[in-house]
Amino acid sequence: MGEPVLRIKGLCKSFGSLLVNDDVTLDVMPGEMLAVIGPNGAGKTTLINQISGLLPPDAGTIMFDGADVTALPPQARALRGLARSFQITSILPGFSVLENVALAVQARSGSSLRFFGRADREARLNPPALAALEQAGIADRAHLPAGELSHGEKRALELAIALAMQPALLLLDEPMAGIGREETERQIELLLRLKGKLTMVLVEHDMSAVFALADRISVLIRGRVLRTGLPADVRADPQVVTAYLGEQME
Amino acid sequence: MMTGAAAIAAGGAGSARQPRNAALPAVIFAIFALMPAFAALTAQHYLVDTGTRIIVYAVAAVALDLLVGYGGLISFGQAAFIGLGAYAVGILSAAGIGDALVSLPVAIAVSMAFAWITGVVCIRTKGVYFIMITLAFGQMVYFLATSLAPYGGDNGLTIDARNTIAGWPVLKNDTAFYYFAFLCLLATYLLCRALIASRFGRVLRGTKENATRMAAIGFTVQRFQLIAYVIAGGIGGVSGFLLANSTEFVAPAYMAWQQSGELIVMVILGGVGTLDGAIVGSAVYLLAEEWLSGLTENWQVIFGPFLVLVVLFARGGLIGFCARLRLRHG
Ligand SMILES: Nc1ncnc2c1ncn2[C@@H]1O[C@H](COP(=O)(O)OP(=O)(O)OP(=O)(O)O)[C@@H](O)[C@H]1O
Ligand SMILES: [Mg+2]
Repeated sequence: MGEPVLRIKGLCKSFGSLLVNDDVTLDVMPGEMLAVIGPNGAGKTTLINQISGLLPPDAGTIMFDGADVTALPPQARALRGLARSFQITSILPGFSVLENVALAVQARSGSSLRFFGRADREARLNPPALAALEQAGIADRAHLPAGELSHGEKRALELAIALAMQPALLLLDEPMAGIGREETERQIELLLRLKGKLTMVLVEHDMSAVFALADRISVLIRGRVLRTGLPADVRADPQVVTAYLGEQME
Repeated sequence: MMTGAAAIAAGGAGSARQPRNAALPAVIFAIFALMPAFAALTAQHYLVDTGTRIIVYAVAAVALDLLVGYGGLISFGQAAFIGLGAYAVGILSAAGIGDALVSLPVAIAVSMAFAWITGVVCIRTKGVYFIMITLAFGQMVYFLATSLAPYGGDNGLTIDARNTIAGWPVLKNDTAFYYFAFLCLLATYLLCRALIASRFGRVLRGTKENATRMAAIGFTVQRFQLIAYVIAGGIGGVSGFLLANSTEFVAPAYMAWQQSGELIVMVILGGVGTLDGAIVGSAVYLLAEEWLSGLTENWQVIFGPFLVLVVLFARGGLIGFCARLRLRHG
């Protein structure tokens, strides 16, 4: 299978006296989808924030694509192919849906230090953006202000932005959070289509999504990795069931 | 103050949300273009002076709106760049260099250099801290100017004659000077319009809406903010060049913090994030000042409450207010 795309070693993070990530060690192999599950407050978003560079770890290293990126700012990691979606929707509400995605294309298509010529008419930027919107199933919303989308559509836009970055690794922080059953099914279908083509880390509370999608699962409890393994093994682990899955499966 | 700052930055469009009235800039510039003819016909020559003053400040205000309305950067130091540009003209003139081909580029370069050096520090801060630190740097230049004894210190210095253009003393004529300033404003406006729509401007607008998202898709947010700050500083230098030449006088008062405050008021009054608003705001502010100060010495007592009313009831400034009126009546 070759080298892992992402290799996290001994990651620690505290907020004051609260230890939120405690010696987290994980590998993500090329083409794999690794799900990270765990109770509220287990430190999943904090882990994603450190991988994407929004939070500096207290200790540990993050290797991405063979290089140590622990000290790199988020934009440098993004340009190396690390894309993410946010648990709390993070879009540009005043921009059109298309421009939200076109900006992601623009970030990796030539210099943005161009001061003349209309960016919104650039033929290099709009078609790839539209293609990403089509993948995410909201191409018909392209010219609406992003702030006017429904919650589910905003989640889809998050995904479209990430896809437009043509990522080598996609970090998804609860893409199904707060959306209806039908939209969840559509998101799962979309992610199933991406599976194998993209390397992904999925944080999700929806266990039907996790077991439908994940190649491997890591269980995070109070900042520590309790267990990493194949879905069937994780599901059968009595420790995991008592700590988390028990209440989720009811 | 925190909420106030946030409200200013959040106001205005800076993006696709607010439909722009395409005819408005044409109307504004047509009025400015015809103003000297109107003044001549009605024998009100002072109108040319007033118009020049409005244009000079509008140049700086448009640049400030680029920062505030499109970059979310509320700079309280814009007057420092006016001062730097003005002193460049004054000091060069005292040294016997009185041609615009030299002094205008120097005014721009000095302002941009100062914007670059201080901007590197300012851009690292956010919100109220950004306001305070731009104010502090502005005051620094102000006090530096008051201590320039060879150039008049507190009292400022008089310029012997307006700059020539390649040796041609055309700017001596007030109407010619007016049209020169007019062209500077037009150029500033067109430049800023182009910037806003460009790749650079789209990123700048994006950082105002959501800096975290912009970083997450690969943009170094502070780089774009710094460049915007430097551009706005350079345009402030142009305004200073014009101010020094129109009054044939330079003084530290040009860059007092009150001047920076007035520029912010002009932008908010006209409508943040529209560019047009900065011009309308400058005109309304300076005309109101002229008119009210003729009525009473304490004209600010009347103008202050008016401003509060505009901020409270005319979201989007005068331009936003007029747009809503138009919507309501067809
Ligand atoms: N910036 C912060 N400052 C202080 N505490 C924080 C910060 N961010 C997160 N925490 C705390 O760290 C803990 C882990 O938070 P985190 O968001 O990583 O959990 P999570 O596993 O993503 O939870 P959820 O499933 O609810 O999204 C929580 O107790 C949270 O309150
Ligand atoms: Mg979370």
